[in-house]
Amino acid sequence: MTALDNQTEVRDGVDRETVETVQSMAGTYKYGWNTDIEMDYAPKGVNTDIVRLISGKNEEPEWMTDWRLSAYARWEKMTEPTWAMVHYPPIDYQDQYYYARPKSMDVKPKSLDDVDPKLLATYEKLGIPLKEQMVLAGVEGAEDVPAEGRKVAVDAVFDSVSVGTTFQAELKKAGVIFCSISEAIREHPELVKKYLGTVVPPSDNFFATLNSAVFSDGSFVYVPPGVRCPMELSTYFRINAENTGQFERTLIIADKGSYVSYLEGCTAPKRDTTQLHAAVVEIIIEEDAEVKYSTVQNWYPGDENGKGGIFNFVTKRADCRGDRAKVMWTQVETGSAVTWKYPSCILRGDDSQGEFYSIAIANNYQQADTGTKMVHLGKNTKSRIVSKGISAGKAQNTYRGLVSMHPKAKNSRNYTQCDSLLIGGDCGAHTVPYIEVRNNSSRVEHEATTSKVDDDQLFYCRQRGMDEEEAVALVVNGFCREVLQALPMEFAMEAQALVAISLEGSVG
Amino acid sequence: MALSQPKDAGVVALIDALGAVSDTGCLAAARADALTRVRATGLPTRRDEYWRYTRPDTLTQAEVPTAAVFAHDDAPMFGEIDQVRLVFVDGVFDPAASDDPALAGIVIERLAEVQQRDIHWAKEVYGKLETAGQTPVARPLAALNTAFATDGIVLHVTGKAGKPVSISYLHENDTSDAILHHVIRIDAGADLTLLEQGPGAARLNKVMEVEIGDGGAFHHVQAQGRDHERRAVTHTFARLGTESRFKSFTLTVNGVMTRNECIIELTGDDAVAHVAGASVGDGNFHHDDTVFVTHDALNCESRQVFKKVLRNGATGVFQGKILVKKDAQKTDGYQISQALLLDGDSQFLAKPELEIYADDVVCSHGSTSGAIDTDSLFYLRSRGVPVAEATDLMTLAFLAEAIDEIDDPALAADLLSRLQGWLARRRS
Repeated sequence: MTALDNQTEVRDGVDRETVETVQSMAGTYKYGWNTDIEMDYAPKGVNTDIVRLISGKNEEPEWMTDWRLSAYARWEKMTEPTWAMVHYPPIDYQDQYYYARPKSMDVKPKSLDDVDPKLLATYEKLGIPLKEQMVLAGVEGAEDVPAEGRKVAVDAVFDSVSVGTTFQAELKKAGVIFCSISEAIREHPELVKKYLGTVVPPSDNFFATLNSAVFSDGSFVYVPPGVRCPMELSTYFRINAENTGQFERTLIIADKGSYVSYLEGCTAPKRDTTQLHAAVVEIIIEEDAEVKYSTVQNWYPGDENGKGGIFNFVTKRADCRGDRAKVMWTQVETGSAVTWKYPSCILRGDDSQGEFYSIAIANNYQQADTGTKMVHLGKNTKSRIVSKGISAGKAQNTYRGLVSMHPKAKNSRNYTQCDSLLIGGDCGAHTVPYIEVRNNSSRVEHEATTSKVDDDQLFYCRQRGMDEEEAVALVVNGFCREVLQALPMEFAMEAQALVAISLEGSVG
Repeated sequence: MALSQPKDAGVVALIDALGAVSDTGCLAAARADALTRVRATGLPTRRDEYWRYTRPDTLTQAEVPTAAVFAHDDAPMFGEIDQVRLVFVDGVFDPAASDDPALAGIVIERLAEVQQRDIHWAKEVYGKLETAGQTPVARPLAALNTAFATDGIVLHVTGKAGKPVSISYLHENDTSDAILHHVIRIDAGADLTLLEQGPGAARLNKVMEVEIGDGGAFHHVQAQGRDHERRAVTHTFARLGTESRFKSFTLTVNGVMTRNECIIELTGDDAVAHVAGASVGDGNFHHDDTVFVTHDALNCESRQVFKKVLRNGATGVFQGKILVKKDAQKTDGYQISQALLLDGDSQFLAKPELEIYADDVVCSHGSTSGAIDTDSLFYLRSRGVPVAEATDLMTLAFLAEAIDEIDDPALAADLLSRLQGWLARRRS
């Protein structure tokens, strides 16, 4: 793709727009710029005062402040986990800002029109249509998309605060609540109180506990019984301020018989110093409900020498509480210097289903330790894991997963496939699966392969006139196709392009 | 450091119970070093990631849990095979029951005698492979063995050994605690078949260090005895030179606690290492296969094939790892672990790992667990095969892939008949 950068002449039959699109994709990290905007910071470091301050800024009720404080007290006694196959310098938790928000958000904007245009410009630049319908242009084979385009409601989180949520009125008509979690704590305390921390308890792990104490914002979704959410919901996370950690918390509740598809995207500016991102996502799925959660994680991965980047320590878990509940995690992990993330499924209800599709790409000095947990508790539960790991440069990529069949999970089924692809001789690909089968009516199958990009396939592509990087990108896209197919279309396009970008410079 | 307190106390108690470490002879330095290491690491506890699925307490407690001597009228294992038989009774060498150790192409000595000498080649191997095998994961019970081993066999294979060497471990005392350490050096181009059988003691801690020179070959077949209450922890450390071959197969039938660790390092190009095992357990049975294969040379091949048949609450564990170092290009690594659960109470716990730092490799692993396939069972029954027979037939077919790893058809047939015996006893 770099070949196109220098190409001045456009070949016949290729329009200028296509070339520009490809050129824009070919940059190393597309979202590395930062928005010059006046920020409000809480003092550096974390302590009970900061916890209280964050709680105060969000105008939270006392029970919420207490909840945070008890999490903080617990966190102080915890030690950072070291079991993951990632290495990074010790994090100074007192040398971070735990709260930063644009000054213009001091007075809560009444509608999107009141939002600082600079912020809106930021999101526009990121390609997030906050105000308008997103129209899919030039997507081939998009027959199932209505001609007027598809609606996607967006909640945009800028550093520590949510700057706006679109389509709220329309969603309200359907009974769906989609707002920032700070708003939900104020407006729907009964729901938050009932569900918050029930899937990922504040004591869960070091990073989740820290998040429970200092989370500043995030998204909240409630889909009432029997409602099929009329549009896809999406949250866009942007870290902008320097030395600032982002701690968002997402809570999704799909009540009986409902359906929702949720998309998550993330970016951050290029900086020399590393930044911390420790999020928690909790999903509760009641009887017959279904949730699809798709992530394209494109945090700044650090430069080609491994300087800077985001430390991404995320706890995501879905609890299929009711019978026949269904959850599907799809993730494309291309960014972050260090990724530590295991979206999990607790299959508690009988006949519930969990699926996990993942592409993790690590290039340069990136390190990814990611996977899933499938905990089968109910009868006839099913789970499927498809994980594709790609390592290039000097990166290390680990799949770590647990499949657990409890004695009562009769007639359950798991299929796991994790494949790793190595590009270049300085990277590593690792697989660490845990398989625990405690009954004999369940079937568990696990297979994993590790190989390099096939020379014959590369040769074929080269012979057809592709340069080496294009050929590798094509082969890798083919390697990932099972996961790409599981993504909602908007994301699939973006992910496919990202796969190519993330591997820039990995050949030759 | 509240957590490490009981760990330290455990080490002290066990070391006290084992007595003083021998401080004379050519192995004294290795023993002292091992003692220092085991003091530093402490003994394994359930909290250790490496002991996640197996409770080490009965292996590490100072007092030996009793194991009644199990009487059976089975014909001796490998009885039909011409062999040099060496016998240990509760960890003590029995010269009267053993054959004359003189054999072409091989020098057989006892560790208890070798260690009294000041100069012996065993010094270059004893504790050395074990020490190398302590990273990246500590194996304190192996270090403990190096420090306290009372006896063992020291083998130097200089050519093609005339016949297999067999070691029988007899168990005659309900509370015996045996610590045996074998040292084997196979010279370039030399070849040895080693057979091991029997429970050994109420509690057996066995280490075997095998150094295989360029082009050498080591065939190993082991059967761990039918005693129900015995406990065993074994470590096999092997280092392979260029174009050498290592093939090991272990059959485990019964035993309340077995942990077999196999640590293999492929250091010469084009070497081949196969480790396989079949275990069948009924009731109070815990069997753990832990394998760590390190590829550190070009174009090597490794296989791990483990099959477990479990019933009545038996537990099978498999922890396998293939580590491919950066320069170990053209590696071919394969690992399969499968469990057949014959009823709802048994469990299979597995952690099959790959850690790969070289790009031109083909590595894969598979792991499955489930009950007997009802469709196949139905097919056999519809052809007039009674259900019990059909189940046995399918169980043996399931175990076949592991048994196929044994090159010698006579040995494979012997092991197969033992498995048939186990199944037949369960049927009556």
